[in-house]
Amino acid sequence: MAMTMHVDVVSAEESLFSGLAEFVVVPAEEGDIGVYPRHAPLMAALRPGSVRIQPPDGKDEILIYVSGGLLEIQPYVVSVLSDTAIRSHDLDEAQAMEAKKKAEELMVKRQAAMDYARAQAELAQAIAQLQAIQRLRKRTRG
Amino acid sequence: MASGREIRTKINSVKSTQKITKAMEMVAASKMRRAQQRMLAGIPYWKRVRAVLRHLHYASTEYRHEFLVQRDPVKAVGLIVITSDKGLCGGLNINVLRTVVKRMKQWRDQGVEVEVCAIGNKGIGFLQRVGANIVSYVRGIGDSPHLEKLTPALTVLFRDYLDGKIDQIYICTSVFINTMTQKPVVAQMVPIKDTADEVATQLGIPTAEWLKGVVFEGEERTQEGHWDYLYEPSAQVIVDRLLRRAFESVLYQAVAEHIACEMSARMVAMKAASENAQELIEELTLLYNKNRQAAITQELAEISAGAAAV
Repeated sequence: MAMTMHVDVVSAEESLFSGLAEFVVVPAEEGDIGVYPRHAPLMAALRPGSVRIQPPDGKDEILIYVSGGLLEIQPYVVSVLSDTAIRSHDLDEAQAMEAKKKAEELMVKRQAAMDYARAQAELAQAIAQLQAIQRLRKRTRG
Repeated sequence: MASGREIRTKINSVKSTQKITKAMEMVAASKMRRAQQRMLAGIPYWKRVRAVLRHLHYASTEYRHEFLVQRDPVKAVGLIVITSDKGLCGGLNINVLRTVVKRMKQWRDQGVEVEVCAIGNKGIGFLQRVGANIVSYVRGIGDSPHLEKLTPALTVLFRDYLDGKIDQIYICTSVFINTMTQKPVVAQMVPIKDTADEVATQLGIPTAEWLKGVVFEGEERTQEGHWDYLYEPSAQVIVDRLLRRAFESVLYQAVAEHIACEMSARMVAMKAASENAQELIEELTLLYNKNRQAAITQELAEISAGAAAV
């Protein structure tokens, strides 16, 4: 029997694969990496692509699509931390900017709502004062 | 005293309310089971990330990432507040928000500024009203959280952290203890404490696994710093990515857990509501019958009095 290693392919939302393998090919950012057992410790960034896993005993190869992520290799353990969506630094930044803008709008709206509430309160007070004055006038006249 | 017909309409209206609360209870119960499964589905990822972080800690990397360095003094903090989008779930959101208010007051007393990332409608509304500084928010998560929806809001905080605008990031959420009990917690997320174990011991909750962070203490340093990874493309890029993924998965887990909390809290609240409705119906029915009996008795008395007069 050939040497095997443990392979885990996981994403934040679920576990995609966990089991033994003789050989794994992972799509790293700088080119595919083929891994046999007893590989040197390595960490690599991944690009979108498929992970190819060769299970022991000549079973059929398993293909798992990943949209980027990270790869960690220990001599007998290979971990693929898959992303759930395609990510890049620029994309992250753009989305963050958008999120921030949305929050700023929310804060501005709140300001508007508070101004409105204050105006309403002042109006109510003014009306009450007017009513009081009218009542007083009636009384003095009557 | 109310007339017979008035009581009848009241009983009917309580009955229809009870039907609604019963339906909501059942819906929440089935959603709770799914939410709990989802909460557990993310754990393998977090475990792998943690293991890799641990290896990284033992490997003698030259590079120290910002997310690992404690800053002193702390002038401003970021706070992630997780609440549900909908109400009718008992005191769940209120407990979280009360904890938030208490914490924010402490910070204010120490002269520490707070910026907030609000997740969930209830939190957004409340924090707006109290005048918190909301820098990002997420609403409409639904029953199943998706990481893509959460990451932009988190990235806003990370940017402020890396720019030096905030010195720590905290997360406030509910921890699922069991169906009846959920507990609000505040935990430090960034920078990672080397012995973040204290968070978990302080809580004493097994489900708060993800909050433990990276537990370095008490573990053997097997390969005493004589090795390092090969990095592709570079240590900086990898460590940065890994830490971001780690925090994102913490947030994802927290949201998934909060949804499980929400569903179970709603189930319990609706169960109580249905029971109260049943009690009310029984009381009203008793009153109705008494009323009817009294009316009949009075009529009989009048008839027999009339007969006697003739």
